[in-house]
Amino acid sequence: MIERAHILVCGGTGCTSGNSKAIFEEFKKQVKAVNLENEVKIIMTGCFGLCAKGPIVVIYPEGAFYQHVKPEYVKEIVEEHIVKGRIVDKYVHRETDESGKSKSIEDSAFYKSQKRIVLRHCGVIDPENIDEYLAFDGYKAYEKVVTTMTPEEVCDLVTASGLRGRGGGGFPTGVKWASTLKAPGDIKYVVCNADEGDPGAFMDRSLLEGDPHAVLEAMMINGYAVGAHQGYIYVRAEYPIAVHRLQVAINQAREYGILGKNAMGLGHDFDIDIRLGAGAFVCGEATALIHSIEGKRGEPTQKPPHLADHGLFGRPTVLNNVETYGNITQIILNGPEWFRSMGTEKSPGTKVFALGGKITNTGLVEIPMGTTLRTIIEDIGGGIPNGRKFKAAQTGGPSGGCIPASLIDTPIDYDNLIKIGSMMGSGGLIVMDDTTCMVDIAKFFLEFTVDESCGKCTPCRIGNKRLYEILEKITEGKGTMEDIDKLEELCYYIKSNSLCGLGQTAPNPVLSTLKYFRDEYIAHVKDKKCPAGVCKALLNYVIDPSKCVGCGLCKRGCPAGAISGELKQPHVIDTSKCIKCGACIAACRKNAIEKK
Amino acid sequence: MSNEFIETAEQREQLRRALEELKGVDGPLMKAMQIAQDIYGYLPYEVQVRIADALDVPLEEVYGIATFYAQFNLNPKGKYTVGVCLGTACYVKGSGKVIERVKEKLGLEPGETTADRKFTLMATRCIGCCGLAPVMTVGDDVYGNLVPENVDEILAKYND
Repeated sequence: MIERAHILVCGGTGCTSGNSKAIFEEFKKQVKAVNLENEVKIIMTGCFGLCAKGPIVVIYPEGAFYQHVKPEYVKEIVEEHIVKGRIVDKYVHRETDESGKSKSIEDSAFYKSQKRIVLRHCGVIDPENIDEYLAFDGYKAYEKVVTTMTPEEVCDLVTASGLRGRGGGGFPTGVKWASTLKAPGDIKYVVCNADEGDPGAFMDRSLLEGDPHAVLEAMMINGYAVGAHQGYIYVRAEYPIAVHRLQVAINQAREYGILGKNAMGLGHDFDIDIRLGAGAFVCGEATALIHSIEGKRGEPTQKPPHLADHGLFGRPTVLNNVETYGNITQIILNGPEWFRSMGTEKSPGTKVFALGGKITNTGLVEIPMGTTLRTIIEDIGGGIPNGRKFKAAQTGGPSGGCIPASLIDTPIDYDNLIKIGSMMGSGGLIVMDDTTCMVDIAKFFLEFTVDESCGKCTPCRIGNKRLYEILEKITEGKGTMEDIDKLEELCYYIKSNSLCGLGQTAPNPVLSTLKYFRDEYIAHVKDKKCPAGVCKALLNYVIDPSKCVGCGLCKRGCPAGAISGELKQPHVIDTSKCIKCGACIAACRKNAIEKK
Repeated sequence: MSNEFIETAEQREQLRRALEELKGVDGPLMKAMQIAQDIYGYLPYEVQVRIADALDVPLEEVYGIATFYAQFNLNPKGKYTVGVCLGTACYVKGSGKVIERVKEKLGLEPGETTADRKFTLMATRCIGCCGLAPVMTVGDDVYGNLVPENVDEILAKYND
């Protein structure tokens, strides 16, 4: 039967945290209350992308985009919109054009510059229902390769598309497949890397949550292309919703005879199992991940031998990232020329970014490669909130670097990012404004790497710790100019001597901030000042006598007894007693206290 | 507070059955430990010994894995785990100050548990709701868009 309305409730992690489950239940209840449960379909989808406006509900056929929905709004939305056909404007996200007319959601700045290839089903289908995936050409690409192509032809097609690994390195995917196909051996494995460890990146998770079958189908295609019969998905245990939906998808696919012996009756055996990570960033590194699936400590080993020759359980193995797999079925169905028509010559296709930090529209965006940072930040991201100034964007997480405001017109692709000292990484894009201290950010990433270094090789285990200590010294105002030189020298040493990708890229946040924000380091060292006002040890709290009315609230709030002054006279802070707790700023009603 | 290991017959049986099932699986050790932690909430010495015996691996290998991965606990956790996200997006938006407040309030460093076993504090890496940054979790509840001042009222909700 055909429903007259579809209510799509976002079931991504962001909106689920905002209690979208309760909203979903409330919609079911209220729709039932008006006796329309047979005419209105209510589903929980994957992420819509605009997490800043969550929890999100979209109602079709109108495509009304409700934002910041609360369970108590649901009754009104059902009674007005569903029953009477009147969109409840006050809850709807709308942008208006110059003439004051409201735009459709597809034309809004956030969605207009995007091209959703990988995320095509996210926010559209019910990820826990295989029938919906099948209705959108599901498992057709697998059928096409098994019935009409040889494994060599599949590898060639993927190579021709120019698809590069979306996990960050950017290695050509088809080349990887072809070398695994060529490797001798009867038992081979396909592995999906869903160990999305970059703090601030969540596109792989959103894809697994929103469209798990697309990943399963791509792994099946990969299995056929390299001659493997078993696949593993290595996924972070921190992503419970993604793990659950993957398991549901695998079970449904097995029930339908899509996974398993003689898959889809086409003569190729293929099955997939999930393996959970246990909280180790280094397991995103290929060899470490393989050891972790084998049930061992996730320590990396020297390459070569490459995984294509000696991978999981010593067998030829092909490992791809979730987002890479997200592209495969579309490339098979639409052809490599179609894929090459998007993006740049050397980086065709799109890239999904997790936009976060000091930006208005935080969320998930998919853009053609080659889009400039300016478009991402000013158009899609809606600019920097609170009237602050854009300072830098950080890509590549703990392995990447910063793109300063002066390079905002750089087209984003693999090679351009490497050229300016950052890297694509998995796709976290954190925006920073002028209240972010770049030395502190470098220290933040180093603290992360020190924590996550597996400890196997010395340059990474000890070198990064020393880097962290020098940065700590600088942020405490005890640094010297020699420290900055030492920092740089040590960075290059760690990069060239570490065993795996984690150590080799760990100094990047330091090097790139030194490259673009050296003056900030110097301000910390020479002037003993933190220009962004972040590093606690370098700040002094000062009362502006022209604003202070002498009410005494700050004096009463100060736990250290550092503030003195007569009633109705400007007060002063004794910096030798001040413990910089900020209680006075919170107490002052006149905004008279500043950190300098 | 004692760390004496106590288990129910049901837990013992659950683990025994799980270990039995895992015997034919490739690379079973981590999976076994994850299941054991689900059953007991942590990995007591006695359980590590049983896993090592059942899967015929040296005990130090079990211990080596338990200490390598952040998610394995060798000590029991509190009733509520308070996680403050220190992922990049949250950090840029001030989660460093939020965790300071929690540390002060509970008197804990990350990884520690209060003496009454009520709260365990964890510094978590990105939990993936960067749109709500900065974020903290208490058990399964997620709190977003925080300022340090919110911490007191949130913790006060868990007063049972």
